[in-house]
Amino acid sequence: MTATSTVTTPSALAPARGPWRTALADLARDRTAIASFAILMLIVVVCLLAPVYAHYIAHTDPFQSNVSGTTVVNGKTVPVLAPTTSGLGLGVTPIGPTGDVHHYFLGADSQGRDVMARLLYGGRNSLLIGLSSALICCVAAALLGVIAGYFGGVVDTILNWFFDVIWAFPVYLLAISLSVVLLTNGLRLGPLSVQAGSLWLPILIIAAVYVPYVARPVRGQVLALRGREFIQASIGIGGSDVRILRRDVLPNIAPMVLVFLPLMAAINMLTEAALSFLSVGVQPPAASWGTIINDGLGLLYTRPTVAIAPGLMVVITAVTLNLLGDSVRSALDPKARLRGAA
Amino acid sequence: MSEWRGAVVPEVVLSAQNLIKTFQLNRRGLGGGVALHAVDGVSLEVRAGETLGIVGESGCGKSTLARCLVRLTDITSGTVTFGGRDISRLSRRQLRPVRKELQLVFQDPYASLNPRRRVGDIIAEPLEVHGYGDRRARDNRVRDLLHVVGLDATHADRYPHEFSGGQRQRVGIARALAMEPKVIVADEPVSALDVSIQAQVLNLFADLQDQLNLTYVFIAHDLGVVRHVSTRIAVMYLGQIMELAESESLYARPAHPYTEALLSAAPEIASEVAAQAEAGIATPNVTDMARPRERILLTGDVPDPVDGLSGCVFRTRCPYAVELCAAERPPLREVAPGRHAACHFPLLTAGAIPQEVPGMWSHPPVFKHP
Repeated sequence: MTATSTVTTPSALAPARGPWRTALADLARDRTAIASFAILMLIVVVCLLAPVYAHYIAHTDPFQSNVSGTTVVNGKTVPVLAPTTSGLGLGVTPIGPTGDVHHYFLGADSQGRDVMARLLYGGRNSLLIGLSSALICCVAAALLGVIAGYFGGVVDTILNWFFDVIWAFPVYLLAISLSVVLLTNGLRLGPLSVQAGSLWLPILIIAAVYVPYVARPVRGQVLALRGREFIQASIGIGGSDVRILRRDVLPNIAPMVLVFLPLMAAINMLTEAALSFLSVGVQPPAASWGTIINDGLGLLYTRPTVAIAPGLMVVITAVTLNLLGDSVRSALDPKARLRGAA
Repeated sequence: MSEWRGAVVPEVVLSAQNLIKTFQLNRRGLGGGVALHAVDGVSLEVRAGETLGIVGESGCGKSTLARCLVRLTDITSGTVTFGGRDISRLSRRQLRPVRKELQLVFQDPYASLNPRRRVGDIIAEPLEVHGYGDRRARDNRVRDLLHVVGLDATHADRYPHEFSGGQRQRVGIARALAMEPKVIVADEPVSALDVSIQAQVLNLFADLQDQLNLTYVFIAHDLGVVRHVSTRIAVMYLGQIMELAESESLYARPAHPYTEALLSAAPEIASEVAAQAEAGIATPNVTDMARPRERILLTGDVPDPVDGLSGCVFRTRCPYAVELCAAERPPLREVAPGRHAACHFPLLTAGAIPQEVPGMWSHPPVFKHP
């Protein structure tokens, strides 16, 4: 026997670092990622504390109209809704921002409800819909994309037709049509039953319309993976499909789906705001940032804060989600990392 | 092992009979399209302990043939027999026990390892699939395998991107060796590597063959590499075998015009022999030294394998082609003892066949261990 020389790696002493840990370490060093994550968490926590604010700080019920009520501004008792003298507006002018967290911090809407409290409650719904529909969308799309790409053939053809049909409609048109139909009747699909007016309706609708946008790239990636020799090697070893999907395909697809998640959350939140603004999303008396913008529409000339405040929240959240998504992408994609270094 | 020409003929472990693999091109919807014959009626036998080299230019169907032999693709027609059993129609599940004994080593060491798994897990994969022992037994086996291919046991915890091309190829070899296969089909295992690394990996293949009594089907487009490792060599052109002969006799005296042209295009062979002679490690082959080959420049076009091929596939470029070559496809036939060529007018007929020394590794490896 001829002795085969042992080859040593230059990095023989450094600890082995997996792709996941490398990505995490990269994210931890990325200031943009940390800042946007912090802002996002702040928004989430503050919105979760909405009931605390409404009950213990503002002492108001944000879902009850308060047309003839009064509040205290600078020690003086004033009506929440004052009759309008000029011709503009709805005949009443709600109280404007007071700067006092206990009494209508951001003013009232045309029904005399506390805009600040509604903003926080609305944020809960907007974030819930945006994040959960993004999660559902990405999981469903990953599943369908992997099945289509890996098994190919008839399955692939049928799934592609399905994607094409969804893709053929403009997203908003499809979402609005689905919402209009389902809002009145609810959704009954086998074991799945959703009542009309439930938050699940906008969540599922928004998730569904964006499935092709994630599933298509996933399918392409799986097709590329399938041709890679390490999958051929796993087949050559005798591995089953389930094993290959679990060990070879999913770990290589996961980073891509993870990159999509924050980006889809931003897009889905914007879609939710649009649907709610058109009153086919979240239904009154529940609030979302979209419905509050709608509430502020009639007050745009007298009390612009009502529309601007939720609009600003939507923008801030969407921007931070996008920044976070970009950071996740560059952390998980080594090629993007190289581009950044150059 | 080298006297199988005499008394003992080793058993045939892997063979193909009239193997055909076609790919459907330009398919739209259902049916239609044209068929590309990637492998077009290949018959060959691989004997226990030998290394059968397969050479040919890019796109001649070498890799497809390799994938057919290990049943990584479905076969259009013909049969593949392994260990006396027809494996050409077995399903993936039925193939599982066969996979233990018949393994493939891939060309691209960067694509053949999953970048998201540790090297130890990659090597342990076949052990897990075939239910080899418990976790500890598998870990021990992985350590042994790493040692066998010249890597360190500590490398098991690392990821593929931390290795060089040569080291990755060693990992791929370790994975192929895990279940102690009888036959390894190596699909251009060194063509993606640096020349200096190629030598190391080729030597590893040679050492493993000695230690583990392996049989190789070794595919390459580098004539030097194939000559270095092969007992016998099959020359492929457009999915067909043009010539099949023992390594030394094929290089000394090609029987097929295509082989002749191919050899003449490889200038390093003569100098390699000269270098060996200089170093005193090989007796120069007289025919090689005395008769430096004229380089034969082929003219004419390679026929499109999508079109129906007729006659001899090489006739469009063959300097000796006559009418018969267009009319009739020459079968692969024995033109001299142990020499097969698919040619109506094999080049051997003019002179005597040179005395050759058969057997694997009949000359010491040219490459030195570092």
